[in-house]
Amino acid sequence: MLLLDAPKNKKVRIIDYRGGRGVGYKLRQLGLCPGREVKILRYAPMGGPVMIDAEGRSIALGRGIASRVEVEVV
Amino acid sequence: MRIALIGQPNCGKSTLFNQVAGYKAETGNFSGTTVSFTESKVRVMGEVVYVVDLPGTYSLAGTNPAEREVIKYLTSNDVDIVVNVLDASHLSHGLAMTIELLELEVPMVIALNMMDEADRIGIKINVNKLEEMIGAPVIPMIASKGRGIQPLFVKAYQIGQQDTLPHQPRYSNDLERYLDLLKNDLKGVQSHLNPRALALKLLEGDQTILEDVSDQEPKVRSTLESIKNSLKHERGQTPEWVINGERRGLAYNLAKAVIVQGKRHTTFRDKLDDILLHPFFGYIFLLLILYIFFELVYSLGGLIEAPLMDIFSQTEAWLISLFDNSTGFFPRVSVALIQGISGGIAIVLPYLVPFLIGLGILEDIGYLPRVAFLMDALMHKIGLHGKSIVPFILGFGCNVPAIMATRILEDKRERFISAALSTMVPCAARLSVVFGLVAFYLGPAIALVIYLFNLFVIALTARILSKIVPDESPGLILEMPVYRIPTARTVFNKAWWRIREFIVEAWPLLIVGSVVLAILNYLNVAWFMNLLARPISWVLGLPNEVGVPLIFGILRKELSLVMLGQALGSMTFGDVLSPVQMITYAVFVVFYMPCLATMMVIRKELGGKMMWQIVGMTTLIATLAGLLARGVAEIFF
Repeated sequence: MLLLDAPKNKKVRIIDYRGGRGVGYKLRQLGLCPGREVKILRYAPMGGPVMIDAEGRSIALGRGIASRVEVEVV
Repeated sequence: MRIALIGQPNCGKSTLFNQVAGYKAETGNFSGTTVSFTESKVRVMGEVVYVVDLPGTYSLAGTNPAEREVIKYLTSNDVDIVVNVLDASHLSHGLAMTIELLELEVPMVIALNMMDEADRIGIKINVNKLEEMIGAPVIPMIASKGRGIQPLFVKAYQIGQQDTLPHQPRYSNDLERYLDLLKNDLKGVQSHLNPRALALKLLEGDQTILEDVSDQEPKVRSTLESIKNSLKHERGQTPEWVINGERRGLAYNLAKAVIVQGKRHTTFRDKLDDILLHPFFGYIFLLLILYIFFELVYSLGGLIEAPLMDIFSQTEAWLISLFDNSTGFFPRVSVALIQGISGGIAIVLPYLVPFLIGLGILEDIGYLPRVAFLMDALMHKIGLHGKSIVPFILGFGCNVPAIMATRILEDKRERFISAALSTMVPCAARLSVVFGLVAFYLGPAIALVIYLFNLFVIALTARILSKIVPDESPGLILEMPVYRIPTARTVFNKAWWRIREFIVEAWPLLIVGSVVLAILNYLNVAWFMNLLARPISWVLGLPNEVGVPLIFGILRKELSLVMLGQALGSMTFGDVLSPVQMITYAVFVVFYMPCLATMMVIRKELGGKMMWQIVGMTTLIATLAGLLARGVAEIFF
């Protein structure tokens, strides 16, 4: 499942990234590495970014990025 | 002694710096790069030490040019001690970079900041145990409240004198074995890094270091290749990921060992995002907050501007009365001097000061990243990102703070486009031209049409620019800091440094420009200015005389209205200009090149090349827009 399609307010675990090396680099810097548990908090309207919770920190991700992160329900 | 502050974004590093830095903080660049840092003198134990605020980074990978500069700087002799600022409420995350710092083997002190935040989410940290495990002093503190700052700097000073080094992080046995193997080859290599750190960076795939090292020791390449291959084979991951995972694992274990997790209290702040980022009410609040901000800045600015302008116009009148002939060289030059000075003090500063304080407050509260979150979708439609909306809106007041606000954008492309677009937003001065000319003679409805037309042109330009300079970033990745109450000292210090930059760098040029124009005017080169502007005024069907007010308008946009009266010999514009000419002139004035103060700020912020690009581009757009306005207006009038 892609992070973008994950149900809201439900804990999911990051499995892998798809696509460019740059994306993985930035996500990893923010601590969003495979194995990490995250949760979708809210969506901005009109195809805007999604906001996720990663162990107490809120991080906004554009939908393009959220659709490159593969997750599984915990 | 020099103390370097380093930490991840949102760890409160800048708050700490602003708490200690004096009014003389200097911003500089690492030589040959655009990576900037800020430095200030601070008194510690009766001695003057330098404190350097390094740019916030999430890691110290040599593959990123900015981070490479930071590593070089930290390991150079310039820095005596490193203060690593950590956000106590997100300890595991912050420690990942601490471990990278430990690898560098530099004397360091940990500033365990935001202890109040940690307390709020129920985290207790065993400071002594953390100190023991890292081998460096850990000072708990709350920078925003000024707590723990004194002990931190005293400790940093002591450690800097003793030159004691923290423990080296130990990784899994297989990785350590490979590191030792690689270190054998690095014995004779000269570098700013110690052999172990060098080995780590090589394994991570740092090409710059590899080139430097293999020049000195060619066999490193083959050793590295074979180690990389076996590591990849054994772990099923690239060495870069292996090392990264090891660091994070270590950081996680460190944090787990020292944290006692208690009960989390939910407070109002946790709920704030539900309101401020609500899919509907979030936008209502955004509008409301921006409206209040705008209203406060401009009413406050107006309040200060009016009496200041009075003083300057009286001084001007008094000066002129001293001379027999007010059109002589000296009266003109001295009046221009006064106008240059008043342009800075009475027109720009009254708005710039409240604006920068307001922006600082919004920044420190943590609202600006939220604006980016809300506006991202809409701004994407014209090829920009959410944050770009901020300078754009501010441009309606004055373009100078708008250009300064482009600093909140990380990307150079984004900064250029936002800066270019915000110079096309009609500021308060250009508003006076639109209102004084179009609204007054032709009615407010047409003035409104000009404003709408302006928005259309800006959106169109944005689309075209984003096609010419394509966006390379994959999309928004932005951490939302927790909401915090800003402290007066941080906000004022930040505002002061930005204001000082305007005073020192842009204002003198404004004064010089003003005097130069006065001298040209004295030399009776009005005909020359008109000739210079003739291609444009001819194309737009405007009288020859508009050259002078248009050129003086570059100095200050109001002048393109005031001097239009002088040039045409009548302040009753209805008698000397046709409706079509008024509309065309107003449209041209709205778009054509930014005023001198704005140009100087663009030059300061983005460089001279981009300044000229923006000047050329806006003049072209103004001519095209003027032509279009002329054509349309001729149908109706």
